[in-house]
Amino acid sequence: MSTAPATPSSPPVFVSPRAAFWGGVREAAGVPMLVMGASFIGFGSMLRDIDWTVWQALLSTLSTWALPGQIAMAEMAYSGAPLTALVLAVGFINARLMPLAASLLPHIRQPGVKAWRYYAVSMLIAATSWVGTMRRLPDLAADQRLSYLSGYGLLLYTMSPMATLLGYQIAGHVPAPITLALVFLNPLYFMLLFLFDLNNPSKVLSLAFGVVLGPALYTVLPNWSLILTGLIGGTLAWALGRSRPFQKRGRR
Amino acid sequence: MNEAISYSPLLAIALAAVATYASRAAGTFLSGKITTDSAVIDWITCVTYALLAGMVARMIWMPVGALNELPDWMRFAAAGTGLAVFWLTRRSVGYGVLAGSLVLAGLSWSSL
Repeated sequence: MSTAPATPSSPPVFVSPRAAFWGGVREAAGVPMLVMGASFIGFGSMLRDIDWTVWQALLSTLSTWALPGQIAMAEMAYSGAPLTALVLAVGFINARLMPLAASLLPHIRQPGVKAWRYYAVSMLIAATSWVGTMRRLPDLAADQRLSYLSGYGLLLYTMSPMATLLGYQIAGHVPAPITLALVFLNPLYFMLLFLFDLNNPSKVLSLAFGVVLGPALYTVLPNWSLILTGLIGGTLAWALGRSRPFQKRGRR
Repeated sequence: MNEAISYSPLLAIALAAVATYASRAAGTFLSGKITTDSAVIDWITCVTYALLAGMVARMIWMPVGALNELPDWMRFAAAGTGLAVFWLTRRSVGYGVLAGSLVLAGLSWSSL
């Protein structure tokens, strides 16, 4: 994947693991930080809006640090969904972290490094940090990769509770329309992110089934609607996407 | 306030955190042992996409909290503007989100 030609703007090579750590911090402190920060500001505003405490908002961000699952958790707990449905929904939403971790960590493994360090650094793996680090890791010296990922992930991880707090506080002190706009940030953001990333037929079908089934099932079975939408819509889309006509169409 | 809630938010937060870290730990354990383009991973991706698409549709159409007190058309207009700007700016997520949020703030401002 690292076939990009060397240009004057190609990213720097680091001289030491320590420099790689700070390089990771610097490279995360741009667009990735702004996008993630805006999302967590939206999450903080949302929890203020449904009357949760600021400590609950912060605890969720620090302990889960995977926003779509946090939003589903808060929505479901607020509407009184059973805990089994909640855990299944969050588990599925955040199951994407499994392939992210499984594909990222082989680049980082080094002989002599204790296993617990990989389990610790896995907490810093999220969609944003995966996208940002995956394209850089193959170019770095082997002993700098863990440092680079740690720097990149830690900047985003420490900024997230601050953004959550900011969103929570803003929501209490600005006119209502601004709070509403902040709470609306994440649905808008996820909607556009999905449309940005439509590269195969089973994803398109999953989205279409989800948009139809989500509200429809909610009116019949509100508590279980999210997990059923995922399982029914996703499985149908997956099966159809593997069927012959879609396989042909999927190839460009 | 909602009265259907029968357990502490703290319990929901803790269980969500465990359910999330389980995937990170499983991925760490499996790293190097599985390929990431297997059929199972595809299936998980599809389930996640459908689930989140359903959640986003519901957050726009039937949201919880204060957004629910706005007329539906305002949220649809804001989402529609976001979409239009997204396509017009060659799929810029940032401009789309910004435009949609501004429209929602403006419309709700005018109705207060």
